[in-house]
Amino acid sequence: MRDNTIKNATQKTIISVKNLHKSFGKLNVLRGVDIDINKGDVVAVIGPSGCGKSTFLRCLNLLETPTTGSILLDDTYIFKNERAYLKQQMKDLLALKKANAFDENAKEQYEQLKTRFDELKKEEKQIDKAAAKNINLHRQKIGMVFQQFNLFPHLTVMKNITLAPIKLKGVPKEIAEEKALQLLKKIGLEDKANAYPSTLSGGQKQRIAIVRALAMEPDVMLFDEPTSALDPEMVGEVLNVMTELANEGMTMVVVTHEMGFAKEVASRVIFIDEGVIKEENSPEEFFTNPKNERLKDFLSKVL
Amino acid sequence: MINWNYLWESFVNQMFRLGGYKTVLEGLQNTLIIALGGFVIGLLLGILLAVMQLLPDNKATSILKNASKLYVGLFRGTPLVVQLLVGWYVIKPILGITQASALLWGLVIFGLNSGAYMSEIIRGGILSVDKGQMEAGRSLGFNYAQTMLKIIMPQAIKNCLPSIGNELIAIIKETSVAGFVSVTDLQVAFKLQNTVYNPIICYLALAVVYIILVLIFTVLIKTMEKRLMKNER
Ligand SMILES: Nc1ncnc2c1ncn2[C@@H]1O[C@H](COP(=O)(O)OP(=O)(O)O)[C@@H](O)[C@H]1O
Ligand SMILES: [Mg+2]
Repeated sequence: MRDNTIKNATQKTIISVKNLHKSFGKLNVLRGVDIDINKGDVVAVIGPSGCGKSTFLRCLNLLETPTTGSILLDDTYIFKNERAYLKQQMKDLLALKKANAFDENAKEQYEQLKTRFDELKKEEKQIDKAAAKNINLHRQKIGMVFQQFNLFPHLTVMKNITLAPIKLKGVPKEIAEEKALQLLKKIGLEDKANAYPSTLSGGQKQRIAIVRALAMEPDVMLFDEPTSALDPEMVGEVLNVMTELANEGMTMVVVTHEMGFAKEVASRVIFIDEGVIKEENSPEEFFTNPKNERLKDFLSKVL
Repeated sequence: MINWNYLWESFVNQMFRLGGYKTVLEGLQNTLIIALGGFVIGLLLGILLAVMQLLPDNKATSILKNASKLYVGLFRGTPLVVQLLVGWYVIKPILGITQASALLWGLVIFGLNSGAYMSEIIRGGILSVDKGQMEAGRSLGFNYAQTMLKIIMPQAIKNCLPSIGNELIAIIKETSVAGFVSVTDLQVAFKLQNTVYNPIICYLALAVVYIILVLIFTVLIKTMEKRLMKNER
């Protein structure tokens, strides 16, 4: 286990999530998630199936557009919509009219809300504009690894890894390929450089997917159940790569059912349930001394 | 009783001694120009229409999406011959285009028509690509267009290569109505050999030439498919 207590105090926040909500139509999946992800953090995200772990992760790189709340990446807003809350409060106040209870006090409150709302709206519209323009640059800083690997089947392993650095960062081909080979060597797959993904095992595919994301030199890596689609004998090789990455100081957010990994490698574990973070703690406390009843229940089932 | 001997000799006489083969060669050339030109236009247009139709939903894209749907509806909802006639006798004079040759005009209309069918094929191809591919591309930092071009399209085209091949074969055969806008294609060329009231051999020969053409292209397409599929394994 790594000791991040000192590090965290001095190191900066990479992603800051405030009051994040996400609904799909009438289904409110996330209902107010708050978390700061600091440099060097390895945050394990656990929770029952369907509780919104993937949705949370996908909001972080805006593969899903949140409904309300805010997300800061390196102190820059990549998403901000807080005016919706004010709107709701204003609506609640106006509802008083019907009950003939819209007095002077309420009116003054309403005016204040309205002023604040208009200011926010202006600010948030600007953030929207900047975020829309820069979204692809933001995403370059956030690597993502999927449950289903999502390697590009029409490209060789080498091209899978070098496509983005060459096209997006303008890295010269030779340099990108040299770097890719180094990364492949690290995971013991340098002999697969010219292979196509369909010839690889699941474990190999996932390790290459990790390398593909790393080739962009991201500030943070998101993993969405990276070992859930693997045959049991291949889980270890992928977790080893992730552990090594964590030890090198990569900032990681990992949705996982691998409690061993959460215990041994994570610096923090969070439990998402009913759309919020129900519990957040160091792995030790989290697993030996859970406080939330639903977490206790969950752990008793999975451990 | 049909006198096959006589018919065959008069056909050979017409074709070779009276120089009918020249017209037939010209017809073959025109058929190939229209078919291949129309195919290329159709393929490019089909890709464009399919991509337009599959743009992410929002206010700005709804016009493009609907325009694409309308186009496909129009061209699939009317017979090709009618499109040729309307193009030649209505659109061309209205636009005041006088210098365009029948061949060029026919080629364009075949392309426009094929584009509608091709867009449905390509759309199916794009939809058959796993949606994780778009997400993987976007998460690396590629924008929508880049992801479409470099990651989705190559897979989509590969997925529907057999259908694209079928479309080429279909166009080759459909060119036989190009005569409606006074193009001398294969069909017209053979009809012109029917000078001594000898339709039997003329039209049999026409059918044989089409079959040979289709066979040649089928082999070519299959070879190309194999070449393109090879690198997946
Ligand atoms: N694009 C979507 N449209 C509608 N509902 C969705 C969508 N994505 C996820 N959901 C729903 O949101 C809930 C949370 O999903 P998800 O975040 O995938 O859960 P988890 O990853 O924790 O298993 C589920 O009920 C799921 O059906
Ligand atoms: Mg999930």
